[in-house]
Amino acid sequence: MTIDNIFPALYILAAAGFILAIKWMNSPATARRGVLVGELGMLLAVVGTLLRHEVVNYEWILIAFFIGSAIGVPIAYIMPMTAVPQRTAFSHACGALASALIGTAEYYRTLPHGFVMTALIVETLLGFLTFTASLMAFGKLQEILPTRPMTYRGQNFVNLGIFGAAIVLGVILIFHPEQMALYPIFAALALIFGVLLIIPIGGADMPTVIALLNSYAGLSASAMGFALDNKLLIVAGALDGSSGFILSVIMCRAMNRSFSNVLFGAFGAIQTSAKKAVARPVRSASPEEAAEILDAARTVIVIPGYGMAVAQAQHKLRELHDVLMKRGVDVKFAIHPVAGRMPGHMNVLLAEADVPYDRLFEMDDINPEFPRADVALVIGANDVVNPAARNDKTSPIAGMPILNACEARTVMVIKRSMSPGFAGIDNELYYLDKTLMLFGDAKAFVGSIVKELNVTAGAAVH
Amino acid sequence: MNKYEIAIWIFMLAAFLGFELIRRVSPLLHTPLMSLTNAISAIAVVGAILITGEKEATPLTRTLGFIAVVASVTNVVSGYLITDRMLKMFKKREREPGK
Repeated sequence: MTIDNIFPALYILAAAGFILAIKWMNSPATARRGVLVGELGMLLAVVGTLLRHEVVNYEWILIAFFIGSAIGVPIAYIMPMTAVPQRTAFSHACGALASALIGTAEYYRTLPHGFVMTALIVETLLGFLTFTASLMAFGKLQEILPTRPMTYRGQNFVNLGIFGAAIVLGVILIFHPEQMALYPIFAALALIFGVLLIIPIGGADMPTVIALLNSYAGLSASAMGFALDNKLLIVAGALDGSSGFILSVIMCRAMNRSFSNVLFGAFGAIQTSAKKAVARPVRSASPEEAAEILDAARTVIVIPGYGMAVAQAQHKLRELHDVLMKRGVDVKFAIHPVAGRMPGHMNVLLAEADVPYDRLFEMDDINPEFPRADVALVIGANDVVNPAARNDKTSPIAGMPILNACEARTVMVIKRSMSPGFAGIDNELYYLDKTLMLFGDAKAFVGSIVKELNVTAGAAVH
Repeated sequence: MNKYEIAIWIFMLAAFLGFELIRRVSPLLHTPLMSLTNAISAIAVVGAILITGEKEATPLTRTLGFIAVVASVTNVVSGYLITDRMLKMFKKREREPGK
């Protein structure tokens, strides 16, 4: 029995490891075990590959391993949790780049035909466009690039034209792989299309787009499996591809929008100027007043949004949760599926701040509880609590499922100013009689409420 | 059945398996899930190793393969480590009031 009989077995074990890893992600209790078995699968796959007789030259591989780890380890440990969406986008870019370059190397190495060439073209097309698209997404999330959608006349026409040209070249290459001069043009078009695809995407649409890029990166890896006749790659890529696809469908549904609308709709670009909001009176309150109302409440539902992440208010929010729970107030967190910049973003931030995850509730579970809640505390969220989604058929967010903050007895909104949210839509919620606007920085404001509650707690003891 | 046909069968079954598994993942863990599947898809490292370590590799294919190994190892390492770092934070405990 030689080593070449062993590596298929290692690959099969690796695939089983990946499947179990995803299966165990269904509960926080088993999820870490899932990561472990996923790591084990990866280790088996890498060792199995290194032992293959085709691999004779190790020095470059080892150097590359060293460099990759030297980049990867600090990223994993230094990145703050608020930067997880950026890191994920960066990671998608790395995976897609690897896939595209391997496809390119394979093309120049073997000049394949037929089925294999078709797989290679799919792999490199998805790989290159996902690479630049993910870098663009990274730039927007890191705010190196402007986060507002950028649009111009004929944008969709240009984008589809470039994508169409890339496809045409790809098809020509499939039939005539020896036309080597065409390949760099094909690759360049795919790279350019990736950039153009993300230019009109606004920050609020990032959860969908990141999930979609996740899916593309997986499909590219799967196509590589077809090209290299490697079943492990096919399985792992298909798992990643379906995962990203499902997540983006969930995100789209949570915004009541279609894929094409997210990708080509340039959300929020037009509305900002269209509706000049007339200054209307709102009721505002001080931290002292807010603390008093919260102290008197029996149930409080907190609705965090991206603004909480920007203000880094999650730790203060946990203090508020602690002090209120200590005083017999029931505090729950309502998480909208698209709150934040990637699926599940809010959950990770609140978990980081030590909020127990059984206090975090999904939209469908928490919505029936709003009518019974004394206070809905909105912090850094806007569109996900906007009643216009339900009442105003002409609103750009019409039909989007929202958290029913407006049904709570009192609504408090922590906000910097009255400027409209990301989608640029005015929010009726702020003008209700039962709504109190708490103007200020989210972190500082929650901090003052906590301080106030602690003072009154101290006074009660004496 | 030729090998391409088998490959397509495998892809189809794995994709459906993926749909079924991921549908069951709670939205609570969607961020770590994406981070994990992303790390798994860095299995591209296998292809990268084969290209880089091969005997007849030309300077071009070796360079491309080398960059691909660096990129996918970065992806694997940071992906798994940060997924675990995130999951470590998910705790289910009611804080005991007034400790």
